[in-house]
Amino acid sequence: MLELKNVCYSVKDEQTGKRQDILKNVNLSFESGEISVITGPNGSGKSTLIKILMGFEKPTSGTICFNGKDITQMSITERARNGFTIAFQQPVRFKGITVKKLLELACGRKLDTDGMCECLSSVGLCARNYIDRAVDGTLSGGELKRIELAMAIAKGGAVFLLDEPEAGIDLWSFEDLVKVFEKLHDKTVIIVSHQQRIMETADKIVLFDNDKLICAGKREEMFSKITKQPSLCWRNVKENANG
Amino acid sequence: MDKTDEQLLETIADLHGIPEGSFNIRKNGKLLARRSDSDIEIVPKTDKDGIDIIVKPNVKNKSVHIPVLLTVGDFRDTVYNDFYIGENADVTIVAGCGIHNATCSDAEHDGIHTFYVSKNAKVRYVERHYANGDGTGKKVFDPVTKIYLKEGACFILEATQLGGVTATDRKTFATVGKNAQLIVKEKILTDGQEEAITDFRVKLNGKNSRADIVSRSVARGNSKQAFRSDMIGKNECFGHVECDGIVLDSARIISTPKIDAVSPLASLVHEAAVGKIAGEQLLKLMSLGLTEQEAEDAVIQGFLN
Repeated sequence: MLELKNVCYSVKDEQTGKRQDILKNVNLSFESGEISVITGPNGSGKSTLIKILMGFEKPTSGTICFNGKDITQMSITERARNGFTIAFQQPVRFKGITVKKLLELACGRKLDTDGMCECLSSVGLCARNYIDRAVDGTLSGGELKRIELAMAIAKGGAVFLLDEPEAGIDLWSFEDLVKVFEKLHDKTVIIVSHQQRIMETADKIVLFDNDKLICAGKREEMFSKITKQPSLCWRNVKENANG
Repeated sequence: MDKTDEQLLETIADLHGIPEGSFNIRKNGKLLARRSDSDIEIVPKTDKDGIDIIVKPNVKNKSVHIPVLLTVGDFRDTVYNDFYIGENADVTIVAGCGIHNATCSDAEHDGIHTFYVSKNAKVRYVERHYANGDGTGKKVFDPVTKIYLKEGACFILEATQLGGVTATDRKTFATVGKNAQLIVKEKILTDGQEEAITDFRVKLNGKNSRADIVSRSVARGNSKQAFRSDMIGKNECFGHVECDGIVLDSARIISTPKIDAVSPLASLVHEAAVGKIAGEQLLKLMSLGLTEQEAEDAVIQGFLN
């Protein structure tokens, strides 16, 4: 189980010099074998939470526990080696590093063509066309997102942090993406998303809202809550509720 | 040939012993071994140090190795090698130089290479420079490469400086004719107090001539690098120059581009980026389980791959 206890995160506003709260007293727990979707408006701190969980940022106060152990001060490398796996919202480009090399770095060993195929075909890419390509500007945004996910799959782990995995991926491939999440069902999966189709795969939905407390609950109850709040700006949910 | 020679040869020319095809191995200013055949003839110069390499027209898929080894100090070796590539030929030329200097006096190799590439001929020219040895003596390379491309010719220059070179001042001149193409892939790694200068002067003279110069460099420690390019478009042509540098520690890279579209039909592009490794690249690799140092090494290795 992954638990956040009274996690606060604030940054200094460069213009005013005042501290600005991004996350305030967040108390959440994520069970193993559970898919959680975090949703909420832009700027409500969803990606920050993912970064804090991976260790990219340290909370200003509060603790993070994983299977009963306090990991608040644990480095990124250590977290990665302890089963934390992240897929970035905006994948990083690397001049000269090939898809093959990145997948090998991700899984920590040399991969043969079959191994590559397994990782890449699960995200709808043909290994033959990609393994020798550099992960740079020659790949499209959608291709980079898929490779980012393939890397997470290749790495494996116990906790998967997926920040808007569907962004930039064409609608036709949505179902394949959902299959990827379903395969991870025995892990702790935390997905940041605005898409209803992704929320439908969730066991739990966590709702972030700028000035309100974060609330979390089972998918069905959270769905009805979200649709009753017309101020929230999720197009899919709203359109469905209206139509 | 001793162990040091063999190691240097392997590093600079991927050679394990004597290569196939024509070759000329020079060690400490003297000929170590040579083979010349009817397709690729190697003729020693009589007026100065160096060789003429004559590739007959229509010779395809052949290679010639002309590595140079320097294993003594207090030695400056200057060679003049001229390459005459016949029409429609397609060859690979491997011309690395390895210095092993364990002394406290300087060792320097300056290869002055001139390529005359005939109509529709294609050359891949691979040049690797590498130096080692614990002595305080400098290990210096000041190569000059002149390339003349006739109509439809293509020249691929792959220049790599792998490390250990105290100082280098590289000069590359090219004149590109009608429908001809110059492709440069340069990689330079410096560390410690090393200094490297690389200077390109390219004239795109012919209609539809092209040049694509990509220089990637990594400067570590207290090392310094300078990249200069001067590209002139005198006709309807396309030229692209890219200088990408990663600086670490207190190293410096200075990039100075110059592009001059003399003809209004010339299209010339210059891109340059110098800076430290992007933080997000390190974060990504660390999130795959690498330490910060391993992540840094992986980025550099890929970049100079």
